[in-house]
Amino acid sequence: MKLLLLVLLIPYVAFSQEDLLKELESKESEKSEFVDATFKGSRLVNGQSVETRHAGELELIFSHRFGTINSGIYELFGLDEAYIRLGAEYGITDRLSVGMGRTSVDKTYDGYFRYKLIRQTIGGGMPVTISAYGNAAIKTSPRKEDATFDITMKDRMAYVAQLLIARKFSSAFSLQLMPSFVHQNLVDQTQEVNSTFALGAGGRMKVSRSVSLNAEYYYRFNVPSNSPYNNAIGFGIDIETGGHVFQLVLTNSLGMTERHMITETQGNFFDGDIHMGFNITRAFQLKKPGK
Amino acid sequence: MYRYFLVIVILIASAIPSHAQKYTVEKSTVIFFSDAAIEDITAENSETSGLLNVSSSEFAFLIPIKKFRFDKSLMEEHFNEKYLESEKFPNAIFKGILEGFQFDKAHQELNAVGKLTIHGIARDVVIPASIERSGNKLIARSKFVIKLEEYKIKIPQLMWQNIAEEVEVTVEFIYKPL
Repeated sequence: MKLLLLVLLIPYVAFSQEDLLKELESKESEKSEFVDATFKGSRLVNGQSVETRHAGELELIFSHRFGTINSGIYELFGLDEAYIRLGAEYGITDRLSVGMGRTSVDKTYDGYFRYKLIRQTIGGGMPVTISAYGNAAIKTSPRKEDATFDITMKDRMAYVAQLLIARKFSSAFSLQLMPSFVHQNLVDQTQEVNSTFALGAGGRMKVSRSVSLNAEYYYRFNVPSNSPYNNAIGFGIDIETGGHVFQLVLTNSLGMTERHMITETQGNFFDGDIHMGFNITRAFQLKKPGK
Repeated sequence: MYRYFLVIVILIASAIPSHAQKYTVEKSTVIFFSDAAIEDITAENSETSGLLNVSSSEFAFLIPIKKFRFDKSLMEEHFNEKYLESEKFPNAIFKGILEGFQFDKAHQELNAVGKLTIHGIARDVVIPASIERSGNKLIARSKFVIKLEEYKIKIPQLMWQNIAEEVEVTVEFIYKPL
């Protein structure tokens, strides 16, 4: 009889001892969240990062590259020469951004989209974020009347397709791989190819809450042996303050679009053909985020 | 024998309503408001989970940090990434006892006494709250202030003094029997 009494008491005792918090946590742990801020900016250094803009957010991007540091004191180590790109990117949804820009290098206009196909989740599930990136660029220089041959609209175009694959390993460290394809309609076929395959790799290391160091390298696979161009290398420091990101850049590439950077990088980094530069972004929330 | 029988009957009788002793949060609003010189910042979270044991007066809340919604998405990103470090500390937790809670009262003012954990820092707190009964539901409301420093949440000093050192938190939870 006493045993029966004890058995009856068990659910009673168990109930008063159970932990409400543990009960909540067990429900909560079933949900998974996407990681935030794999990179600070939409640009890793010269090239793109996986980051799309948030829905309703407009980002203005002002990029600047000086001449090469090894041009000497007469050129004030490249500061006398300056190239700029003015750009804007807008988040249609949290996963889809569109953008456009104009670079003074070859007076190039470019338009692009970036779409997050897959998003990395916190605590397992999906290990990487993958974005697709597509860009079309048109060189408007030289003018038709200045060209040495009959240049057509088609000749001026180039197209870029990239897969951006990134993983945020920790809050401080992220890596990205960028398989890339560039097609230029018009090239000098004695030393260039129309279609270039390349693989980029890059990463960032946060050194403080608002500052990170970035690096990026693009390797081209099918390069003619007499190509005058080099693989693009870039190093950067990102400084983030409120709605701005300042990126200070050292690179052998002058161009600020992928067609220039991947296929037409003239400088040899290790000979000192290094351009100082910066990207400055400013974000504006045009539409309130959905609740 | 008769005595045992009586005890058993009482135990069984008291075990039946014991399921209704627990209440769960059905609807929640947690709003924080920071009143700073340049910009007022407000964010709202409606995804709090919580349980209340009305017989022992014990309660627990789990507030997912990533579910705070801001007017600017970039602010939300910075809030998670730089200040609350939500990938490391995904939830704010409040656990304790409603002091002097009486289930039968239609309206009561009391103190929620317990441990509040934000940004991985646990502190003993006493938070005044009101509890109202409406049908078979309970509505808990409170308004209190959190000092960021106490939870080791850094305040940006650089460029713009955007975020106040104290934030005002307003909460409302509607409970239903579990």
